[in-house]
Amino acid sequence: MQKFETLTGIVVPMDRANVDTDAIIPKQFLKSIKRSGFGPNLFDEWRYLDHGEPGMDNSKRKLNPEFVLNQPRYKGAQILLARENFGCGSSREHAPWALLDYGIRAIIAPSYADIFYNNCFKNGILPIVMDARTVDQLFNEVQANSGYQLTVDLPSQTVRTPKDHSVAFEVDGFRKHCLLHGLDDIGLTLEHVEDIRTYETKRKQAAPWLF
Amino acid sequence: MRTLYDKLWDSHVVRDNGDGTALIYIDRHLVHEVTSPQAFDGLRMAGRKPWRVNANLATPDHNVPTTQRAKGIADPISKIQVDTLDQNCAEFGITEFKMNDIRQGIVHVIGPEQGATLPGMTVVCGDSHTSTHGAFGALAFGIGTSEVEHALATQCLILKKSKSMLVRVDGQAGNGVTAKDIILAIIGKIGTAGGTGYAIEFGGEAIRALSMEGRMTLCNMAIEAGARAGMVAVDDTTINYVKGRPFAPKGAMWEQAVQSWRDLVSDAGAKFDSVVILNAADIQPQVTWGTSPEMVIGIDGKIPDPNSFADTVKREGASAALKYMGLQANVPISSVAIDKVFIGSCTNARIEDLRAAAAIAQGRQVAKNVKLAMVVPGSGLVKQQAEQEGLDKIFRDAGFEWRDPGCSMCLAMNADRLEPGERCASTSNRNFEGRQGQGGRTHLVSPAMAAAAAVQGHFVDVRDIK
Ligand code: SF4
Repeated sequence: MQKFETLTGIVVPMDRANVDTDAIIPKQFLKSIKRSGFGPNLFDEWRYLDHGEPGMDNSKRKLNPEFVLNQPRYKGAQILLARENFGCGSSREHAPWALLDYGIRAIIAPSYADIFYNNCFKNGILPIVMDARTVDQLFNEVQANSGYQLTVDLPSQTVRTPKDHSVAFEVDGFRKHCLLHGLDDIGLTLEHVEDIRTYETKRKQAAPWLF
Repeated sequence: MRTLYDKLWDSHVVRDNGDGTALIYIDRHLVHEVTSPQAFDGLRMAGRKPWRVNANLATPDHNVPTTQRAKGIADPISKIQVDTLDQNCAEFGITEFKMNDIRQGIVHVIGPEQGATLPGMTVVCGDSHTSTHGAFGALAFGIGTSEVEHALATQCLILKKSKSMLVRVDGQAGNGVTAKDIILAIIGKIGTAGGTGYAIEFGGEAIRALSMEGRMTLCNMAIEAGARAGMVAVDDTTINYVKGRPFAPKGAMWEQAVQSWRDLVSDAGAKFDSVVILNAADIQPQVTWGTSPEMVIGIDGKIPDPNSFADTVKREGASAALKYMGLQANVPISSVAIDKVFIGSCTNARIEDLRAAAAIAQGRQVAKNVKLAMVVPGSGLVKQQAEQEGLDKIFRDAGFEWRDPGCSMCLAMNADRLEPGERCASTSNRNFEGRQGQGGRTHLVSPAMAAAAAVQGHFVDVRDIK
């Protein structure tokens, strides 16, 4: 997993509540057996005017000019500004894979769906929770200023605006540690092999039908 | 004094990491073709093996065709995904019910059907509707692919304990009001993010009265209320359902298991972080009108006017939904005509669901304006049982199509889908934009309500079908 320390990047505003994972990456692209290559199909149904299918040459498809990702001012965005309950719906990790593949490394929203939130951390994306009022204000600033950038600083848990206004955010200690060092959870868990074996032995006695 | 969730959590802690997270042991891991290939790749790349191979059970469900299955899968990309599952299971020695096995079906239908889901277990699967298995007094929740790999490699997950919520449904549900209506009414009340961060226990008289099929429907949609896990305490209904199933314990071990399962209830006086109470008698058969499961009304209701929502986000959401759904405010939902009917999915494709739909379809005909009404059993065994009971004949005679088991038009990854603008009465769990096909319009209902809509050509109160 890619490390996450600090990031200064263009912000793209997704002004819609309850954006679900079907919208982030439509189901036809879930047929891929790979982890990468989902970027061109991020928000496919909103982003293109035609219906997308795997294997299409996306560079030849007609873009929806109204859709925010297609507006030149947000080109190269690395930070997604979103509304409440972002990432609801299915558990598909293809959603964070698509965001990452597109170039998004941090998301700012008032709230997220649990599974999506969790999946982000496993892929080096930092989902930041901020109160709805601050998010509202950021939406105003992004929309008013072309090329608007934010700086996300994970070690100090702050987001800095261009005017040097700084907003603090919370993040779980364990998740922060993994992101900062790009750690793989499986490796960490396998440091506790003995604990797992001890648990299994005990459990086998108490509930033998489970084994 | 502990809640059911506390008990399930406590009995699975391998190690407290001391930072708010714990290493939690996983008893059962269910695997399907869509969210597993990258996890198996990860194992191979790291040279790892599954920690405990018999804790896993696999089946293909999302991509499988529901007609002419013997001919194989026509879509080459879907075929690769299903073949990849077969290869991975063969390579790692995981039990798999393949596409043409009678035991194949939607992963959340076959786990319970096989007794692979047992009370007191932790059950995970790379699928958000894993919450279904909580109906057995189990801790069951969906995970992403990284966690699928983690569960395969270590038989554990690193988790943070959720807050606990009790949703209590008091009294008795009226005639024609099913588990589906109860859960839709709950989501209508607390919203799709109402349960975020919580594990929900469903309790109260109306829940106790539900069959296991009904409890599975209920827990299935806990995720639509934002809760990763939903659960129901163990009682005789649970134990009677599990008894005799292929993977369930037998003989003396069965007695021992039952004794321990009896404790899988919240202690009297256990404290929940949040409590929500509904009255079953107030719940009407439900129909969703929008693009989120919380956009739901009783069959006697009218489509709401977006201006009636005080909250701006809700108001904008409602107007966008009405636009997408092609609906007018203030119109009675019962006057809305439909194009297709889908009876199936991990929410409502068990035998009891099919019986309820068949009871309405019997001796009637699918209305002329309905282009397609399909029934997709949840598993090969559900299909077989339904055929033994003659339900297939009832459906066919009424003009429904009788298909092979799988996810089908619940998410339209196979050939079954809505065309743009088509309106569907569906027994599935998500009415998101494009869920059943790009531009498709989904209304979530119970199986009986779907069958009633099929024969009337529009939504109708199932209690009026005599
Ligand atoms: S039936 Fe639908 S909700 Fe259930 S597992 Fe299949 S696709 Fe997911």
